[in-house]
Amino acid sequence: MQSGGPLVKIRDLRIEGLAGEAWLPIVKGVDLDLARGEVLGLIGESGAGKSTVGLAAMGFTRDGCRIAGGSIEFDGIDLVAASEEEKRSLLGRRIAYVAQSAAASFNPAHRLIDQHTEGPVLHGVSTQQASQEDAMALYARLRLPEPESIGFRYPHQVSGGQLQRAMTAMAMSCRPDLIVFDEPTTALDVTTQIEVLAAIRDIVEQFGTAAIYITHDLAVVAQMADRIKVLLRGSEVEENDTRAMLADPQKDYTKSLWAVRSFQRPEQPPRSAQPVISIAGVTAGYSAATDVLHDVSFDIYPGQTVAVVGESGSGKSTVARCITGLLPPRQGEIRFNGAPLPASYQNRSKDQLRQVQMIYQMADTALNPKLRIRDIIGRPVQFYRGLRGNELRQRVVELLEQIELEPALYIDRLPSELSGGQKQRIGIARALAADAQFIICDEVTSALDQLVAEGILKLLDRLQNELDLAYMFITHDLATVRAIADEVVVMKDGNVVEAGPKTDMFTPPHHDYTDLLLSSVPEMDPDWLDRLLEERGVDNIGEAARISPT
Amino acid sequence: MSTLGRMIGQRLALGAFTLVIVSMVIFAAIEALPGDFAEAILGQGATPEAVAAIRESLGMDRSPVERYFAWLGGVFSGDFGVSFSQLSFQSQYGQTSERDVVTVADQLAPRFANTIFLAAVAAAVAVPLSLALGILAALYRGSIFDRAANVGTLTSISSPEFFIAYILILFLAAANPIFPSISKIHADLDFWERLYRTVLPALTLTLVVTAHMMRMTRVAIINLMASQYIEMARLKGVPRWRVIVRHALPNALAPIINVVALNLAYLITGVVVVEVVFVYPGIGQMFVDAVKLRDMPTVQACCLVFAGAYILLNLLADVLSVLTNPRLRHPK
Repeated sequence: MQSGGPLVKIRDLRIEGLAGEAWLPIVKGVDLDLARGEVLGLIGESGAGKSTVGLAAMGFTRDGCRIAGGSIEFDGIDLVAASEEEKRSLLGRRIAYVAQSAAASFNPAHRLIDQHTEGPVLHGVSTQQASQEDAMALYARLRLPEPESIGFRYPHQVSGGQLQRAMTAMAMSCRPDLIVFDEPTTALDVTTQIEVLAAIRDIVEQFGTAAIYITHDLAVVAQMADRIKVLLRGSEVEENDTRAMLADPQKDYTKSLWAVRSFQRPEQPPRSAQPVISIAGVTAGYSAATDVLHDVSFDIYPGQTVAVVGESGSGKSTVARCITGLLPPRQGEIRFNGAPLPASYQNRSKDQLRQVQMIYQMADTALNPKLRIRDIIGRPVQFYRGLRGNELRQRVVELLEQIELEPALYIDRLPSELSGGQKQRIGIARALAADAQFIICDEVTSALDQLVAEGILKLLDRLQNELDLAYMFITHDLATVRAIADEVVVMKDGNVVEAGPKTDMFTPPHHDYTDLLLSSVPEMDPDWLDRLLEERGVDNIGEAARISPT
Repeated sequence: MSTLGRMIGQRLALGAFTLVIVSMVIFAAIEALPGDFAEAILGQGATPEAVAAIRESLGMDRSPVERYFAWLGGVFSGDFGVSFSQLSFQSQYGQTSERDVVTVADQLAPRFANTIFLAAVAAAVAVPLSLALGILAALYRGSIFDRAANVGTLTSISSPEFFIAYILILFLAAANPIFPSISKIHADLDFWERLYRTVLPALTLTLVVTAHMMRMTRVAIINLMASQYIEMARLKGVPRWRVIVRHALPNALAPIINVVALNLAYLITGVVVVEVVFVYPGIGQMFVDAVKLRDMPTVQACCLVFAGAYILLNLLADVLSVLTNPRLRHPK
């Protein structure tokens, strides 16, 4: 069966997507070669067409997309001309896929192991019994806890990082020649990401599987890929060996990607001795029985940014809910400029409500899709300041200018007519509209591409200087912390583990947990993962798994 | 599972409360109707004396509130009362011995059994049929089959039941005498004869309820087809029919079960017109006659049966929805 030629050979691939009535190009003539056992990294921003190219290498296009031209060959088989039946016999058996969100990609109605064995049994590669045993062996190899029994759980009973590994095991079930990894660690915490990266790399090496690794995270791809191909708006920018690419990018666009993490603003001293927000001994929880926060205390001073970091489940967002009054604390209180705020938002005055504003992670869902920008920003202006008519319009125009969006162009648009970064800017303008002194930013850049995210961080920084704002920045991304924070609060399991100025936080010695977080952030060095694994020892991956909450 | 038990307990208690409210509404509605049992039964011969005599013998000279609570008290001790027609017959012809009294419950039981039989026959055809049609329509979405199934079922649901019933009688009883147009059912019939006589009303009901269930099955499945786990299944090389039956259907069950329950309830409560057309001796016929006569105990009993069926079937649907959801069945 196996020929000596390349495993995947794509020439001048053009893919179009249906937008309303018209077919618009998504991929504009991409070539791709992949040898057996090789790992190719595909990187680019969202909309670059990476996933579309990755799926096309499987002969698959999403609904509403079509292959407009070019050729796709898998091991000599022409996938463009192949019938559905022929492609189906390859999918799962010789080409497998690992999706970004394992939680959404496992069927909630079936146990993991039944989903694992479905492919091998269906393709006649293995029997139910043999495939089940193989699943357990793979689970063990991927260092999943309790490999004999974890497969018999339902997806909702297993944590995100474990699901991602189970999905990698599922992709391996027929021992395919090629696996397409589509952002497999993007949704995970840094500490969990390491385990998954190590597991993926391990198993791909062991079975000599070729892989296409799609990601927007350069540091991650540096650990995984032999070669890197950079895509921009459906076209290739450049391709080279990983080390050569990292050491010496040729094109300006690639250089700009490499330079992204350079933005860092100097630490600023507090502008007043009186904290704008004091969180004093707050204990809170959603159900009567369990506390999510335990005696959390920290202060936020005017003109400063406090970054609250921690993994998912550490209680970062719960702190925000306590400050905004959505979740009244069981004990402790929140003080604003020294005066206690009523615990529940329902008991706060309009002025107290005005002082605490929020910017959300998903600008997509935080903006009402049926309202125009003038109304989205105008509503809080009207509500808090009582402006109407011309004055109101004037204020909205001012706010749009502040967030660097041309008012004449944008004021009458709907959210759906904006890009992701622009939507986030509208979210910022809405928070500014209340003239608050204090704004909570909940993972505001984590859904954005790096270049766009950088723009948002710079904007937030400028606004802070101009308007003397205090930010509480909730994030799990330590690069963001490095860029924008003055003070850092590290949280774990609802406790504050460490708190202090940013420079202290990034210089040793750290608290153990801070150390684990910091050392888990991927670096742009292709040897970083090897070094880290060596330092921690293989067993320490298990250690990390134990430390990280589900 | 104890949470499920608690849910069932709560819902049953709420259901009982609902039934009391229903009985009040029905009582008030009958009170609001012009005329009463005495006038209705005497018709042309309703002299004031005769009317007053019947009213007195039935206790209708008491205040409505008093009568309602007297009836309610009876219900709580398991006594649904005696039909006014029976009472009136006894008072006029002197049959007052206790053991000859035919209660509403006695009258209702065989009628109810007949209605359940009709509903069961219709459901046995309609539920599998509409699920199969819905799954096939989802599988061949946009095809001729999908459209034909949609148009066909929509046509049948858009036509009034009696119209469908008469069309069926025209083609299957009058023009081609295959089935009887009148469903004479009685206790002595064997099962097959009974089934044979039930075919036309059951077919009418099937045509009425299929569209709703089929369309919900189709939509519930199609809604899930954009999910990532469906894409994952396709990328594993799973054939399309299997993607739908094994990957989409189990996750679409909750809405489908609810619509099926709603339609099963309709098969019991909505049979009135169909039973009248086919002279089927079910609870619907009895209900119509009782309303005509303002026969309060009978109307109340029928309504409680209807409401009870609704409540129990909806409870059953909710329990099944919980049982089909692995998140609720296997908590973390």
